[in-house]
Amino acid sequence: MPQIAQLTADNWYLASQLFWLLVVFAGIYVVIGRGMLPKIEATVDARDRKVADDLAAAKAAHAAADALEENYRQQGDASRAAAQKAVAEAKDKAAKDAEKRLAKVDAELGEKLSAAETDVAAARKSAMAEIESVAAEAASDLVAKLSGAKVAAGDAKAAVKAVLHG
Amino acid sequence: MAAESGKIDPMHQFEVTPLGGGFNLGGHEVVFTNSALWMVVAAITLGLFMWGGMRRQLVPGRWQAAVEGFTGFISSMMMANIGTEGRRYTPYVFSLFMFILFCNLLGMLPLGVLGLHPFTVTSHIAITGVLALISFAIVLVVGFWRHGLHFFSLFVPHGTPLPMIPIIAPIEFVSFMVRPFSLGLRLFVAMTAGHVLLKVLSGFVINGFNAETLWLGSIVSVLSFTLMIGISALELLVAGIQAYVFALLTSLYINDAVNLH
Repeated sequence: MPQIAQLTADNWYLASQLFWLLVVFAGIYVVIGRGMLPKIEATVDARDRKVADDLAAAKAAHAAADALEENYRQQGDASRAAAQKAVAEAKDKAAKDAEKRLAKVDAELGEKLSAAETDVAAARKSAMAEIESVAAEAASDLVAKLSGAKVAAGDAKAAVKAVLHG
Repeated sequence: MAAESGKIDPMHQFEVTPLGGGFNLGGHEVVFTNSALWMVVAAITLGLFMWGGMRRQLVPGRWQAAVEGFTGFISSMMMANIGTEGRRYTPYVFSLFMFILFCNLLGMLPLGVLGLHPFTVTSHIAITGVLALISFAIVLVVGFWRHGLHFFSLFVPHGTPLPMIPIIAPIEFVSFMVRPFSLGLRLFVAMTAGHVLLKVLSGFVINGFNAETLWLGSIVSVLSFTLMIGISALELLVAGIQAYVFALLTSLYINDAVNLH
């Protein structure tokens, strides 16, 4: 077995094995382990960091978008409430205006009515007076025609008044 | 059996052969061998693989994603086992994992078809043992440097009743000292066993077709070849798992040194 045989003292190639192993392994350690590996690890680390940063940025952007949307929603609510209030106020005011105008028209109409009523009353009074005088004349005429007696105008008037007014 | 029927020696693949370029280092002759060649091949292949993942794009391509998959696998393992301080040891564990993985996989390449002989570097206890000793040395250095003599409290698990300490402490000490051996031995044995099994089965395939009663030999060959396909797939799995186990245990041992129990 050559592997065991080389460990015996009189073997020629043990020194060569150890020398070349140390040379080659030291070369690998220095060039690859110390030279290339840290650069590759730095690349991987940089990539991991970039991915983490990008994820954090995306998360922040998401949060900002959420805040923006919330803000927008609040503004919408506020403006909707303001609009509703304005509409209610306008309605209120319109109702009050209408009421006031109605009251005014009502008052005017009432005035006109009472004026018309007094007119009617006056007309009725004058008409009554006229009827009285006409009735008195007619009564005195009738009396004169029927009895031939002359009735004084004053007496006729009083008699008519008594009949008319009970 | 192997010697008499067609010179198929399952241990031949573990032979180290010199390829030249020898020099003297402190009284020892150091030669460039096929083992060293496959280590260099593994290092260059690993370097090319990593270089393909160095484009550093924000959105990775396929190759970069593959390389980052490996680095992320090891760094998340260090993070899970040691914590944030594990990052300091990631270069070592990553180098260890990738070197073992590439040596395992390159040794599995079917280059014998082209006349080349792949050599599995990790099938030698001298190699895996040294890697295990390096891991163990790091554990000792980090442990004593961070905790000083308090590091010995590792041998007394938290909550041990006082009368049990004389019994528990030696057991913990032995289990601690066995770590480098079990670590190195596990990888060496898994690689050696798998490759021996594949070579024995391929010997059956060849000898079966060369047998005198061809119909019987052919049945053996076809069955062995079917089995080889399955075992090759299993060996690919083992190549990954053993590299992972080596790296995982190293990270757990470093965790002991960094955080104690």
